[in-house]
Amino acid sequence: MTPSYVALDVEIPSDVRQIEPIVNLVTEHCKSLRLSRRQCSLNIPVALSEALSNAIIRGNHEDPRKHVRLRATVSDQALVFDVVDEGSGFDMQKESHDPTTAEYITREDGRGIFLMHQLMDRVEQFRGPQHVVRLTLNR
Amino acid sequence: MSFTLKKNGDVVVVDVEGQLIVGNRQELKQKVLDELEKGDRKFLIDFAQTGYIDSSGLGVLVSLSKKIREHGGELRLANLNDDLQTLFELTKLDTLFQIADTRERALEGF
Repeated sequence: MTPSYVALDVEIPSDVRQIEPIVNLVTEHCKSLRLSRRQCSLNIPVALSEALSNAIIRGNHEDPRKHVRLRATVSDQALVFDVVDEGSGFDMQKESHDPTTAEYITREDGRGIFLMHQLMDRVEQFRGPQHVVRLTLNR
Repeated sequence: MSFTLKKNGDVVVVDVEGQLIVGNRQELKQKVLDELEKGDRKFLIDFAQTGYIDSSGLGVLVSLSKKIREHGGELRLANLNDDLQTLFELTKLDTLFQIADTRERALEGF
């Protein structure tokens, strides 16, 4: 069994235009791992975009002085992404709803957290000195 | 990533090259709204050259569809790859849009 290793540890400014390049970098790296095509082209890019977007917009309120850190850890069992912002965090549980219901389906917003849960095996939130959203995708 | 708008008869066809995500969704929204303002009512967004769409991109499609309908028009989608099809099914947005396999089929009877 190979020990887990940190494949990526970067900080980006709180600017949504920074999301695509960093997601592309992660996706490229994923292709060198034993992952399915769909995991590389759908699950990871979409779920990671949602987590980074939440961190930049809701966590750091797009404050250019604040940063978002992304740490990707790879093991034989899983890929783990920690997305860390400088905000106090929001209650993800409280804001989770089913956007497929008649009440929500015609709304423009409110699909991000739902998609993270649908596309990842586990979504966790840690609120302490830092606000961390951890996405886990089993291999 | 870019959005190209072309007229096919009275239908405005929008090609989405790259991703439709939080960083560029406003650009797509504004381009389509500008055409709506000018009087166009039929819109087709073609995803043949699209990678992935995030929740903001999906939200913009929902919002544009509503806006276009309010003006008596229609928005159709075409060429969703397997991943995009999955995304629309997960969010049940496949029930909200008329989605065609090809651009030609989408234009039929528009």
